[in-house]
Amino acid sequence: MLEVSRLTTRYGAISALRDADLRVGSGEVVGLIGPNGAGKTTLLGSIAGLLSPAAGSVTFEEAEITGHSPEKLLRLGVALVPEHRRIFGDLTVEENLKIGGITQSREERAELLDEMGERFPVLREKRTVAAGYLSGGESQQLAIARALMSKPRLLMMDEPSLGLAPVLVDVVFELIETLRNQGRTLLVVEQNATRMLEVADRAYVLRSGEIVAEGTGAELRERPDLFDTFVGGNGQ
Amino acid sequence: MTELLQNLIDGLGRGSIYALLALGVAVIFGVMHLLNFAHGELITVSGYVAFWTISEGWSWYLVTPVIIGTAIVTSLVIERVAFSRVRGSSDFTLLLTSFGVHFVVSAIFLLYVSASVKTFSEPGWVANTFPVGSLNIEVYDAVVIGVTLVTLLATSWLIQRTMFGLALRAAAADFDTARLMGVRSDTVIRGAFALSGLLAGIAGVFWLMRSGHTTPTVGITPMLKGVLAALIGGLGSLRGAVLGGIVLGLAEVLLRSRLPDSVASLTEGFVFLMIALLFIFRPQGLIRVAHAERV
Repeated sequence: MLEVSRLTTRYGAISALRDADLRVGSGEVVGLIGPNGAGKTTLLGSIAGLLSPAAGSVTFEEAEITGHSPEKLLRLGVALVPEHRRIFGDLTVEENLKIGGITQSREERAELLDEMGERFPVLREKRTVAAGYLSGGESQQLAIARALMSKPRLLMMDEPSLGLAPVLVDVVFELIETLRNQGRTLLVVEQNATRMLEVADRAYVLRSGEIVAEGTGAELRERPDLFDTFVGGNGQ
Repeated sequence: MTELLQNLIDGLGRGSIYALLALGVAVIFGVMHLLNFAHGELITVSGYVAFWTISEGWSWYLVTPVIIGTAIVTSLVIERVAFSRVRGSSDFTLLLTSFGVHFVVSAIFLLYVSASVKTFSEPGWVANTFPVGSLNIEVYDAVVIGVTLVTLLATSWLIQRTMFGLALRAAAADFDTARLMGVRSDTVIRGAFALSGLLAGIAGVFWLMRSGHTTPTVGITPMLKGVLAALIGGLGSLRGAVLGGIVLGLAEVLLRSRLPDSVASLTEGFVFLMIALLFIFRPQGLIRVAHAERV
């Protein structure tokens, strides 16, 4: 479904990402793990159109999408839940969701709103509240629901568990499981490698801008050398 | 008491026009962080269109929609020709670009039309008044205040109740994230320029109706009023822009009537002094806007 080939992205003279190769099959849940500053967010940003890659290519469902704008990619079915959630704090919960469904027809949007209200009862309860007043866990649910409003075929999430209390981290990983069971295709960046490897079909390990390993959760767990460097320090 | 009420109505009339101009400035600043010093060019171009059409014998009823249309089209053309090329640049680059647009538009009229003042006739009713109790209200002020009220209500509906308005607010809060949600940057930015043009067009009709003339630099004063009012209100806040416009209009009229005759001609200076004081004690303007960080 998604094919990333020799992707390189630079910030000025610094290559934050070098020659990254990555593949996500339809219905797969793929994790992207690695320490802080490894280039995980850069990779997602380069796929989603927020950053312009210097070299390499991104293909989605057989179509070349390298360098497309985020709004164009969303219409093709690629959605990103950005790092730090980036909720519109001055807008109400419902308005945030509506923005997520801006590409849908009015009827479709209303149906999706109902659907999200059922799946995330807290969002329905607080639909008229300014989203800036939500707790961390609630706003993460809103960020994911907002992305689901576009009916994405590939959903990417950047650090969905970051900054959440352990109980809420459980909620996020349960949600990832639920989405997986629905057959959705997910590409998830996580610092919490242990938890991610439990829910992912496969994962890639990024370090210093390069992909250093790839494999199933079980395979990667067998190689403590890969993530010893960051699990202790940054995982939870 | 009568005098004060009279001043308040005059000030509201003047402030309404400033509010429309300021709202246009604030809408653009909100979505692209551009403090648009070329906003007055919409009135310059409209001024010449008014001159040409009225010289041809058109009535103001016909000229009014033509002016509003001209302002919208001019706003969109300026966006396409100039601002679309510097989208996402630093605030300073955007600011300089807007100065550039201002000078280019003035120069075009100076070179290809004329440097001299072009006058046209005002509608007959502009100077008419009608009595309300002991007050003498100008028909002009009543029309300006009424039309502004309707325009502001319609704008508020557009921004609060439509998907376009929602996209505009989301883009103003966090442009990148709005794009990730599928908000098209072209739609939002062009929409903002069209709205800004519409508001400037309505303000322009009133401005030109009263002044009855145009020059290559006729847009400078309305631009300054609009930018100042937007700053007073708190840049980026739409409510603030409207409030800033009304406050500025009232301050001008009240000062002019209260100052002794010997210094009345310095009213503008006193207004700037008050604005300077406001910014010392309230640098964020009357209404504070929380801006998301822009990358």
